[in-house]
Amino acid sequence: MPTLTMREAISQALWEEMERDERVIILGEEVGVWGGTYAVTKGFYDHFGPERVLDTPIAEGVIVGAANGAAMAGLRPVAELMTINFAFLAMDQIINHTAKLRSMFGGQFTVPVVIRAVGGGGRQLGATHSQTPDAVFAHFPGLKVVAPATPHDAKGLLKSAIRSDDPVLFIEHATLYQARGEVPEGEVLEPIGVAKVQRPGRDVTLVTYSKMLQVSLQAAEQLARDGIEVEIVDLRSLRPLDIGPALDSVRRTNRAVVVEEGWRSYGVGAEVAARIHEQAFDFLDAPVARVAQEEVPLPYNRELEQEALPQTADVIAAVRGVL
Amino acid sequence: MYHEMVLVRRLEERAAALYQEGKIGGFLHLYIGQEAVGTGILSVRRPEDRVITAYRDHGTAISCGVPARAVMAELLGKVTGTSKGKGGSMHLADVKRNFWGGHAIVGAHLPLAAGMALADKYRGLDAVTICFFGDGATNIGYFHEALNLSMLWRLPVLWVCENNLYGMGTAVERASAVSEIRQKAEGYNMPNDRVEGMDVLSVRQAGERALAAVRGHGPFLLEVVTYRFRGHSMGDPERYRTSDEVRKWQENDPIGIYRRRLTEGRRATAAELDAVEQRVEEELEDAVRFAESSPAPAPEELYRDIYVEPAAPLPGRS
Repeated sequence: MPTLTMREAISQALWEEMERDERVIILGEEVGVWGGTYAVTKGFYDHFGPERVLDTPIAEGVIVGAANGAAMAGLRPVAELMTINFAFLAMDQIINHTAKLRSMFGGQFTVPVVIRAVGGGGRQLGATHSQTPDAVFAHFPGLKVVAPATPHDAKGLLKSAIRSDDPVLFIEHATLYQARGEVPEGEVLEPIGVAKVQRPGRDVTLVTYSKMLQVSLQAAEQLARDGIEVEIVDLRSLRPLDIGPALDSVRRTNRAVVVEEGWRSYGVGAEVAARIHEQAFDFLDAPVARVAQEEVPLPYNRELEQEALPQTADVIAAVRGVL
Repeated sequence: MYHEMVLVRRLEERAAALYQEGKIGGFLHLYIGQEAVGTGILSVRRPEDRVITAYRDHGTAISCGVPARAVMAELLGKVTGTSKGKGGSMHLADVKRNFWGGHAIVGAHLPLAAGMALADKYRGLDAVTICFFGDGATNIGYFHEALNLSMLWRLPVLWVCENNLYGMGTAVERASAVSEIRQKAEGYNMPNDRVEGMDVLSVRQAGERALAAVRGHGPFLLEVVTYRFRGHSMGDPERYRTSDEVRKWQENDPIGIYRRRLTEGRRATAAELDAVEQRVEEELEDAVRFAESSPAPAPEELYRDIYVEPAAPLPGRS
């Protein structure tokens, strides 16, 4: 099976969907002539033309707002936000409009928009450019929130997102673009809202997603050398949250750790832990442990930044802690 | 147009009474006094032209052809309402009639209008998106982002600023560095006009000119100076303006002006116009009866219309 980088997988998904459906357009900052600040849309402008690949001013409110409007009018726009931190400038559009337009008007129309946003820390970009606020967006009913960890899932989930009549926030991790993985030739479609076991194991259930899957897999390799077998559940979508595979796993392992890159307070780990407590409390032999970012705005200095972000050693310690 | 203006007026007066009776909840923003704006401009729109407005939307809905029954039912939160009782006063819409809402966040529907116009242009359709908003919306970033983008991409949008002189209780002069809103279009090199908004015939002419300017060319900003006779919403203490000022404007009631123009121009007799008013009363009685006797949305509706697949309550709730 061929391997692709995450960047190639996302780019392929966009390209294929644009070839497949003329209603798909891309708009955002530097998506056209520049080719995308993460080079995801390189070559798109020349191939699909300026009518379908639209360079916008730096104005996130109208980028998402115009994408919403175009979606209401029947197109399938893919709006790119250069970083998810800039999504805060479009927060009203995303939360008050993207997520609510359909239900607020009694289902008269759909809003089939995809908002691609790049998130995550670890590149020394300082406090405002390094956040992982995924849980914030997953809080709101009406939106679907997807955050893939592998090239295969990125391609399959993005294609599903573009074809979906529901609005989808598609979160890409800034440090995963070079990550490689196997992606089959031909059509790749993955369902939104379905978690996936990425590594089987019998001793501890580890629930994670996005970049933290890599970190968790490294931790699992090291723990395996000591005979500890970690089962890793990759959520892939944060809303709708498919908690089933995590619950099934916990019922076998009786122990759970949740690993996320965002802050612990009110985070993905909090939600997953609460669901496990609500639905599998009797199976637990230990409290659910959470690994997350230190509760600080992320500093610039490399060592300090890494200190604040969850590392393999933190995951290993958390797993040992629940055993 | 006379029928439409009277219908909007009487429907809102009736809505105000129903609000006082507790039959309408939430916020209720009345359009009373501004009827000539929506009626005049929308009298010259084509069916393919999209219409979108802010939360003072009852009149716009009626002018788009939404039946009074569906408007009243929505106000009463009934399943027969425009939005199945899920939207309320601020979220009327009827996309079959190309009326795209009713939007409650000041300025936020301007980017939506730009996007809809983008879609029509992309498809090569000769449709204009007519976007109404208040003077208050012109101070928020959305207005500037949307105007800039629409001019940059030559989007077929008619921006209609209904300048009723107050953003809630703050006079235009106290909120905007320029008191003529049309000046803001100059900053984007966008053609524009400013007209008085109490005479429906002159608004209609201005609308005709503006729509012609948009078709095939690009956006246009039309500022229409008007006045709302009622408070910003129900329960506005109106400390920001004098009753003298309100009275002076009420002497220029757009319905009275149009009635005079019709009778003095011998285009209709007083008796004919009285008959129109009587017809409106009957229509309204029917609308209220329909709304009151309509069922509320069923409990199952709670999880519908959010996603394509109906959502469901979370399991394991305590």
